[in-house]
Amino acid sequence: MKYLALIYAAAGTGPQPDTPEFGAMMAGYQAAGKTYAEDGVLLAGQALQSVETATSIRIRNGKAELTDGPFAETKEQLGGFYMFECETLDDAIKYAKMIPTAKHGTVEVRPIMTFD
Amino acid sequence: MIAASAPDPGAVHAAIEYTLRQDRGRLIAALTAVIGDFEMAEGCLQDAIIAALKDWPKNGIPTSRRGWLLQVARRRALDRFRRAKGFAEKSAQIAVLKQAEVDAPADTHDIPDHRLRLIFTCCHPSLDQKTCVALTLRTLGGLTTEEVARAFLDKPATMGQRLARARAKIGKAGIGFDIPDGAALNARMDSVLAVIYLIFNEGYAATKGDSPIRIDLCNEAIFLARLMADLSPETPEVGGLLALILLTHSRSAARYVEGGYIPLGQQDRSLWDQNRITEGQTVLERALRCGQVGPYQIQASIAALHCEAKSSDATDWRQIAALYRLLAQIEPSAIVTLNLAVAVSYGGDPQRALDLLTPLADQLADYQPFHAAKADVLRRMGLGQKAVTAYQRALAITQTQGEVSFLEGRIAEILDQQKKRPSSKARPKSNREV
Repeated sequence: MKYLALIYAAAGTGPQPDTPEFGAMMAGYQAAGKTYAEDGVLLAGQALQSVETATSIRIRNGKAELTDGPFAETKEQLGGFYMFECETLDDAIKYAKMIPTAKHGTVEVRPIMTFD
Repeated sequence: MIAASAPDPGAVHAAIEYTLRQDRGRLIAALTAVIGDFEMAEGCLQDAIIAALKDWPKNGIPTSRRGWLLQVARRRALDRFRRAKGFAEKSAQIAVLKQAEVDAPADTHDIPDHRLRLIFTCCHPSLDQKTCVALTLRTLGGLTTEEVARAFLDKPATMGQRLARARAKIGKAGIGFDIPDGAALNARMDSVLAVIYLIFNEGYAATKGDSPIRIDLCNEAIFLARLMADLSPETPEVGGLLALILLTHSRSAARYVEGGYIPLGQQDRSLWDQNRITEGQTVLERALRCGQVGPYQIQASIAALHCEAKSSDATDWRQIAALYRLLAQIEPSAIVTLNLAVAVSYGGDPQRALDLLTPLADQLADYQPFHAAKADVLRRMGLGQKAVTAYQRALAITQTQGEVSFLEGRIAEILDQQKKRPSSKARPKSNREV
């Protein structure tokens, strides 16, 4: 099965750049990435630019309305994702637990829908 | 073998109900193992039940009812697979189902037991705990959706939706139908045991409903704990949980008399169920011999010490306090400290007990047993006025009638003592006290 691990965190929380903690977090991402590659579970994974760069699109009455900003003004924002190929939810959770942002933010695991 | 004459519909209903009560978990587990889809297994068993309701009144109740249900449910699964679009992908399951048809005549008594896998699925930590409880009662306890709804004081339709959502998540999110291995096993086992203990506690200290003890839920928890002990005998905490439940439940008949709550110290110990105590002790001893102590085994050891004592005064309170200290090291919590304080107070050091209770006041402000325990310590120290204040705090957050009567009785008793001896600080004596 395919699973998407969505990485959420509130702006300004967690380790800040140029601190030892930030370095540790980045090392954590590297270590996780290495494990994913070794175990052959990683299908994709990217970090996103901050929500200030987001554009939201809604088509109403056939017209596209563009909004400057994210879909929802929530405290925790989507910051990146991984897509895993795993046998079970337990395995997906095992790999999602390795994402360093889980220590201060939230990682949501969602199965990818298959159409048959 | 078929019964000679056609049974009446009442007998058919009773036979189906009884079979499901006993074997629902085993049937669902066996079906899920072959089909690989819990939700579909439920649907196929449902189809088989409907078929039985039509067939049995005409052709008689079969000798092996669960064998009959399993066979029909398997055939329904085959039909569903054949009709489904992804037919080719299901060839492995279809082959197994066809083979099962050849191997297993309807009279089989040897349905492979996959219930351990099923309970791990139902108690998966990615499901809400209330959902785990409901799903476990429905699937392994064999309760109907209406009965599960009643246990939660929910509407049957609401409970039906909750169960349906859970089954859908299990399938769609890929919650495995497996016994976890390695490091995952302990965490997953904890979650199964927590669900069973939650079912027991809701029965033993009912927070909902008119009855203070709900024997149905207590028995359900015993059934599930016994099942786990049978299926997973090498895990000492499973034995610890079964022993804890048996030893605690052995006191049920003495805990409420004519609807009134009787605290442990004043219970009529001749009402304690000796069979349950003996079974609990045996199970606990076997678990302790494994030499891997855990929270359930410690709590069961404490319950065993209570069961062995002839009276409250004859109880080995020092040993109980030592066990609570050990428990606090493994699993520190305010509740454990509260229980430690109670043991210390009966062990002869009420001042030390109060010192342990004081820091808990904020955290347990809304926890009735905290105020009741504190009041009891103060009462036994002869601090009547402070005791009354604490009893009143307890009373304000009590929800069951039995406990309300008990707390009101305590307050009246102290006020009565104070009237008789307005200046005395002597320890009040109650004729109910052991």
